[in-house]
Amino acid sequence: MNNVLQLVWLVPFFPLVGFLINGLFRKQLSKSLISIIGSGMVLASFVVSVLLFTEVKNGNTHVANLFDFISFGSLSIPFAFQIDQLSSLFLLIITGVGFLIHVYSAAYMHEERNDHFGRYFCYLNLFVFSMLLLVLGANYVIMFIGWEGVGLCSYLLIGYWFKNTEYNNAAKKAFIMNRIGDLGFLIAIFWLIAKLGTVTYTTPEGTGVFDVFNKLTRTDYIGITLLLFVGATGKSAQLPLYTWLPDAMAGPTPVSALIHAATMVTAGIYMIARSNILYTMAPETQSVVAAIGLATALFAATIAIKQNDIKKVLAYSTVSQLGYMFLGLGVGAYTGAVFHVMTHAFFKALLFLGAGSVIHAMHHEQDIRNMGGLKKHLPVTHLTFLIGCIAIAGIPPFSGFFSKDEILAAAFAKDHLYYYLGVAGALMTAFYMFRLYATTFLGKFRGTEEQKHHLHESPAAMTIPLIVLAILSIAGGFIGMPEVFNMGEHKLEHFLAPIFEASASYKEVPHLDHETEYMLMGISVGVAVLAILVALFRYSKKPEVHEPAGFGKVLADKWYIDELYQFIIVKPMQWFARFLNNIIEKNFIDWLINGVGRTVNYTSRQVRLLQSGLVGNYVLLMVLSMLALFVVKFFLKK
Amino acid sequence: MLIERYIYLAIALFCIGIVGVLARRNAIIIFMCIELMLNAVNLLLVAFSKMHHVAGVAKSASAGIDGQLFVFFIMVVAAAEVSVGLAIIVMMYRNTHSVDVNFLNRLKH
Repeated sequence: MNNVLQLVWLVPFFPLVGFLINGLFRKQLSKSLISIIGSGMVLASFVVSVLLFTEVKNGNTHVANLFDFISFGSLSIPFAFQIDQLSSLFLLIITGVGFLIHVYSAAYMHEERNDHFGRYFCYLNLFVFSMLLLVLGANYVIMFIGWEGVGLCSYLLIGYWFKNTEYNNAAKKAFIMNRIGDLGFLIAIFWLIAKLGTVTYTTPEGTGVFDVFNKLTRTDYIGITLLLFVGATGKSAQLPLYTWLPDAMAGPTPVSALIHAATMVTAGIYMIARSNILYTMAPETQSVVAAIGLATALFAATIAIKQNDIKKVLAYSTVSQLGYMFLGLGVGAYTGAVFHVMTHAFFKALLFLGAGSVIHAMHHEQDIRNMGGLKKHLPVTHLTFLIGCIAIAGIPPFSGFFSKDEILAAAFAKDHLYYYLGVAGALMTAFYMFRLYATTFLGKFRGTEEQKHHLHESPAAMTIPLIVLAILSIAGGFIGMPEVFNMGEHKLEHFLAPIFEASASYKEVPHLDHETEYMLMGISVGVAVLAILVALFRYSKKPEVHEPAGFGKVLADKWYIDELYQFIIVKPMQWFARFLNNIIEKNFIDWLINGVGRTVNYTSRQVRLLQSGLVGNYVLLMVLSMLALFVVKFFLKK
Repeated sequence: MLIERYIYLAIALFCIGIVGVLARRNAIIIFMCIELMLNAVNLLLVAFSKMHHVAGVAKSASAGIDGQLFVFFIMVVAAAEVSVGLAIIVMMYRNTHSVDVNFLNRLKH
């Protein structure tokens, strides 16, 4: 029965091969061959993932030990892959959405030079490989390898156009911000090793981290989960480490879709969902997670309202949606959070690819104030983008509605305040998405004549992924249809139940009665529809082309958070570095080093005088030394 | 037999040797002084050997004889040394036209 599941190593193997081929032969291969290899390898992974998924659906799980990775003393960390419900779901998202984005990239990046084109696909495959490693790893160390790998690829792809200094700075910012979070993750791993002597999730003998879930003290649980969460805030762009994600939009648009919307940024959610038992044991951390998630969701949504760069709006929207997922994790709705990861992957990838299509048509114009009226020029992009907007706004029966509603319902059950704030965020989400939609696609065209002349619908390689993602955005929600609609059980919840079984048995997630649930749905849908109508009414005819003033300017300038960080962290660091460089280095370290040199120099000059070349002197010294030895030997030493 | 007398004579010879090595610059004289020191030691060895022999002859006929054996070894080594040393002095004379060791204060000529 397990023969299919043993093929799990093939899933990351294909992208690795693609990475090697495209990386090593990027100058020899033609563009079409590069894109076929790049996309084909991910497609192969996807096919294997589907096979694995069908097997997992029958209730089979498997841990494949490939080889001993680290082994000394009592600590043993195997290089092992774990294929179960959670990882197989993520595999499908990563390889499925990843494949579509690879196909899209082939068309989007076509203007690039041949070897840069190869470099792009090689990075992209390496990213998919690392992400698969992250998701498949059967212990925290393998997850960490993937975790670092995706961080590296994110850096490489944000700085893909490396001749632009600003893009390089954005890449560095992303990398450094991630490193801050990674440190937390790393300390958590060490903590686990120190306390439990293992980092493996679960073993048949019941010695894994999750198997011994009541063996740690309360402090350990809180400490470990908080540190893991620090890692998650870095990778998944939560307060206070979120500022890298909007800047990461410097990378090519498909990269934003794949890495900074659909997959990498959800790694933090995956990690917490994977460690759900630890979090259930640490309710204090759960409150922190929920509070940070909610704060991020609201904060990023306010910024998104006033952004004018089409990708920036989507970036802040991503930050905000990730906040919702953390809210879900924090209130114990693990299934809801994973569900939202999935639907978000569909509609946010769709929106980014749609934005890419618009940017492509507008010749690298990203400012929505110079767009408008694109509806009739880009019919496919327009329709799919609209679907994405509706899905993210949470209008039934589109996918976003079900996942967001599940999180909000769980938040309501936990604390009413969470729910009301969450709905406020949903209101803003609907508002800024339709502001974006209306300004971009409705009204009159505001670009230059030349741009207008060149407006064209994107080629099929770009529109087909859009259409597929649009269909998924519409239909993706049905697998998580709540029970209220009397269409059988919650399929996704049933599927994922084994993963969250232990948490559920430890602490029951409160269930709402059907009337309350209908009411909550009514409220959130009503609010979203209201926001959409206001946004359409407000922005379709006369869009906001002036620079914002007053409070709007504060939002447009992102609450001055970047400036604040600059002021409280970067500036003092630079000051400190200058202090070390000018004072400590010059006056102390240089003095010490030069002092050693001078001492040696002086001593050698003095000692050199002994070597006169006169035999008599040497003999005299010899005799004196012998006399001295004689005296010491016979008179002083008793 | 008074051993002290031999010791005083050996010390005197040895000191003359040392002073000669230290004070003189003529290589041949220095060489002779080294021989003098060796012979001072030889004299001591022979003297002590005789003393031990007299003291231990009742127990063994060959008591204390090894000191005199050493002397023969030293004389052989000294003879070998003389041949090498004189050769060096000859080479030195060829190079500097002198046997003054203070002219040898350079590593190369």
